[in-house]
Amino acid sequence: MTDVTVETLVADTRPDGAGAETFAPVLPVDLRVMGLAKSFAGMSVFSDVSFGLSRGEAVAIVGANGTGKSTLLRCLMGLIPVDAGSIDVVGTDVRSASNSGLRAMRAQIGLVSQKHNLVPRLSVLSNVVQGLLGQKPGLRHWSQSLAPATSRAAAMSALQKVGLAHLAQRRADRLSGGQSQRVAIARALVGQPRILIADEPTASLDPAAGEDVMDLFFDLARQEGVTVIFISHNIDHALKYGDRILGLANGGMPLDARAASLTAEQLRGLYD
Amino acid sequence: MAFLGYAAAIVIILWSFAGAGFSIDKVVSSPPRFADFLNRAFPPNLEPQVLARLGWKMLETLQIALAGAVVGIILSVPVALLAARGLIAPTWINQIVRTGLGFIRAVPDIAWALVFVVAVGLGPFAGMLAIAIDTIGFCGRFFADDMEAADKGPSESLTATGARKLDVVACATIPAAMPAFISTSLFATEKAVRSSTILGLVGAGGIGIELKVGFDLFDYPTAMTVILMIAVVVISIEYLSGWARTKIIGVVR
Repeated sequence: MTDVTVETLVADTRPDGAGAETFAPVLPVDLRVMGLAKSFAGMSVFSDVSFGLSRGEAVAIVGANGTGKSTLLRCLMGLIPVDAGSIDVVGTDVRSASNSGLRAMRAQIGLVSQKHNLVPRLSVLSNVVQGLLGQKPGLRHWSQSLAPATSRAAAMSALQKVGLAHLAQRRADRLSGGQSQRVAIARALVGQPRILIADEPTASLDPAAGEDVMDLFFDLARQEGVTVIFISHNIDHALKYGDRILGLANGGMPLDARAASLTAEQLRGLYD
Repeated sequence: MAFLGYAAAIVIILWSFAGAGFSIDKVVSSPPRFADFLNRAFPPNLEPQVLARLGWKMLETLQIALAGAVVGIILSVPVALLAARGLIAPTWINQIVRTGLGFIRAVPDIAWALVFVVAVGLGPFAGMLAIAIDTIGFCGRFFADDMEAADKGPSESLTATGARKLDVVACATIPAAMPAFISTSLFATEKAVRSSTILGLVGAGGIGIELKVGFDLFDYPTAMTVILMIAVVVISIEYLSGWARTKIIGVVR
């Protein structure tokens, strides 16, 4: 615990002074964003976004369409450049990092996206094995048949966790929506990331399958002690699964509060 | 303004007809001459030894087409990786490679055959090289377009795991573009068969030489046999490639 106090102090001295209330006092910080601004072709998406995430925290990002939720996540991973501000993810300064620095940072992140984004013509197991490419680059992790036994075992164990070990050899485009999203979760978990990022993970699923996927996702995240950021348009999901809720609106982040202190009514206000 | 545009278009088209030596007299006088040719060409020459000779030449033609197309398709993949925007190479390299591919396509296959006859001598190898380079011009460009158009989702997800660009391309972009690659490759093979039938005209192997000799010696029945043989083979290859496309990709694109 001794190595964490400096991080915590820094986190608590955010310019808006909101840190002390929102951060758990002794946990290290996995992610810190200050004064972030992003625009596309001169149209500002957001102009001043600041927040931090402690280890093991689950944070929901909510906000109406066009407030830049997905853009924010892509900025955090360094997938798109930002206009201003600073982003620090697991100790990497995303804006100034080299390509290899960015890859090392991303290797500690698992991403689950709305459209699952599996490679359709490959087997389920190959898709999960490819989740290890960040840590083990090269030919041997291109497909299950080339992968070393340890990687195949890791992928099988990730599939077991999502309850789909029996479908390991099925082609990814022959899965139902719920199964395909579980495989995407296995792929995100196989590299044992420190941060899991989920962009509307249930948007393409029916309500029952969506509920199952969210339960599974958070069970696994909590078991592994992973920090989670997820975007949700479902206010109930945000309140149920998030420890903390961040709300984007009008180019900023007017809401940053513990989920327990919020009601569904208050959150709906963000969408007006 | 629109009127001026139409008027200019009509003037240019008429000017082109003049340049092409269009002549009503010749159009009117051609049917009897054409009938005369058909009269002298039919029945086609079906003597067994002629058929055997032409059959072997046709086989050589298909070998030239297949070998050239396969080499061209394989070499097109790395070329296309460099030509595709936003994949592994910076924009200036994309531009240079795309310009090079444009140049290859701009030079007709028969001109490539002439160049390779000079470089490697008369014979089918020159034809194979001409087909290979022609295929690179075609597939290199379309493979690159196919990869640019491929679904970006899987590649973004792999990039987000920290994978290197080359790994992302191999694992997500190429598999996503694979149906389009197969379709393009089958078209390239059809195109190679059509091209290879004519390369013999400049001494680059295949059945084209028989066509030239037939016309040069006024042996129209044999020339007619060659033309019919080419038609049968080209149409069969088109059917075969259509069938393979449906079989491999599932639906006709």
